[in-house]
Amino acid sequence: MTTTQERPTADLLSTPETTGARAATVPPNRSRLRAIRRLLPAVPILAALAAWQLLTHHDVVAWLRFDKLPGPAEVGASIQLQLETPVFYRHVLASLGRILTGFALAGVIGVLVGIAIGRSRTTAALVRPLIEVARPVPAIALVPIAILLFPTGEQGIVFITAFAAFFPITVATIHAMKTLPPVWTDAARTLGANRWQVLVHVVFPGAMPSIFSGLSVSMGVAWICVISAEMISGQFGVGYWTWMSYSLLDYAGVVTGMLTIGLLGFTTSWAIERIGRRVNRWLPGEGM
Amino acid sequence: MSTAIATGARVELRDVRIDYADGPAAEIDLVVEPGEVVILLGPSGCGKSTILRALAGLQPVAAGAARVDGEPHDHPDTKCAMVFQEDALLPWRTARRNVEFALAMRGVPRRQRRGIAAGLLDQVGLTGFADHLPRRLSGGMRQRVQLARTLAAEPRVLLMDEPFGALDAQTRLEMQRLLVSVWRRHRTTILFVTHDVDEALLLGDRVVVLTSRPARAARIVDVARPRQAGAQLGPEFAGQRQEILALLGHSPDLPQS
Ligand SMILES: Nc1ncnc2c1ncn2[C@@H]1O[C@H](COP(=O)(O)OP(=O)(O)OP(=O)(O)O)[C@@H](O)[C@H]1O
Ligand SMILES: [Mg+2]
Repeated sequence: MTTTQERPTADLLSTPETTGARAATVPPNRSRLRAIRRLLPAVPILAALAAWQLLTHHDVVAWLRFDKLPGPAEVGASIQLQLETPVFYRHVLASLGRILTGFALAGVIGVLVGIAIGRSRTTAALVRPLIEVARPVPAIALVPIAILLFPTGEQGIVFITAFAAFFPITVATIHAMKTLPPVWTDAARTLGANRWQVLVHVVFPGAMPSIFSGLSVSMGVAWICVISAEMISGQFGVGYWTWMSYSLLDYAGVVTGMLTIGLLGFTTSWAIERIGRRVNRWLPGEGM
Repeated sequence: MSTAIATGARVELRDVRIDYADGPAAEIDLVVEPGEVVILLGPSGCGKSTILRALAGLQPVAAGAARVDGEPHDHPDTKCAMVFQEDALLPWRTARRNVEFALAMRGVPRRQRRGIAAGLLDQVGLTGFADHLPRRLSGGMRQRVQLARTLAAEPRVLLMDEPFGALDAQTRLEMQRLLVSVWRRHRTTILFVTHDVDEALLLGDRVVVLTSRPARAARIVDVARPRQAGAQLGPEFAGQRQEILALLGHSPDLPQS
């Protein structure tokens, strides 16, 4: 919409007084408490790192065997090495490209299918059974089919990713269609909006909160699929690279791969979250 | 307001019956002359909103026909715009953008929308709130934005479903005054639902007192001196007030709800 630029100004205008008022009422020890609370999340992470260091350094074998696992220092060295290796970035980019393509495909198709099912009983009757049958199939079980079906492995991986990401988005969109207050649509129609305008100006923006919760679920699922598919059939990508490291007994590399995947997953989810917050800033719980 | 004159249309509800799954909700036969203000007054749940929805084309009729200027009106369009009882603003649009939405649907060029919307928001007393999202407005303010948005559609028939129910006495009075002045300018036909007998007698040419569900016209009261300031104090007013309260099942000497 065209006014997205105007909204922040409205918010900016009113923030100084509200934050000013709040700052004045907060006593100093309350702000120290808040600083401590902000540091709190670091505690378990540091504890985990320390445990990891201790267990690997002393090669603890007590049912679980830590003697072959790399320690933090080795992993650090491995990370540093990979950061200086151009081909590692190509692996990362390959995975990112696949996930974004698959995710975008799933997003567009999922939202369209979800709206169609949610708003037309005929479409629901025709499409829903197919979806219900396909939904329980774990996307990763499609790897052999995808290899047979698609000319290149690349397309197969994108297909599997899109397949997996499609369902959460579709289900969320259908749900949004059911929960949209009918009065919004009624109002738009008495103001002269036709079906198409209702769709664009009412249904679509109104469904955004649900769609975005579907998108965040999908992003997680999409990463699982892209990485697993790469491990099975890829010739590039972080999943493939991680599996190769394992085959070459480069265990520090495996952990580097894991951490890279974690970071990529975190970053993409964070991006979805941020975009979602921006798009849905009108929700009662958002902002001020 | 730089809007063209859209005079009111004649509204006919000819032996209209509206059903829900669990039975009839309203049976009404009513003709409203162009530019007339007719009030629907009746107990909660009797079918007042249902009648307005049918007239707006949002609710199919089971029998009879709703006509606007002689033409069947069975699908929603700008001829009959509605101020809804519920919160009907699009929450992701600011007050101004909600009004602009109606202007856009009416085909007003983009350049002119902003000015017209600002003017309408001024009229309903929301100058300075144009860039607020609905969630930052009070219930009464949201209702006024709805009124501005509905006026922006320049309907020939204005359907108002308890539009001032959530307002405090002072604002309510201002809004009633505003509605009268808008009506004087445009002579829009108005169907207005309210629970408030005084509001009914202040705004309406006629007051249709409805029975409990299914809503039927128990009596149609002609208001002696519609929209006259101070008429409430006159003796006819007291008589009509008691008459309506009696029809609604209130004992006149008990305080009404
Ligand atoms: N969509 C619906 N489906 C089935 N029944 C409905 C529906 N909407 C309303 N009703 C029923 O129809 C009757 C009339 O409802 P309506 O909303 O027209 O009442 P109302 O006169 O506007 O009441 P209020 O003054 O409380 O707003 C009520 O008994 C209500 O339960
Ligand atoms: Mg009602």
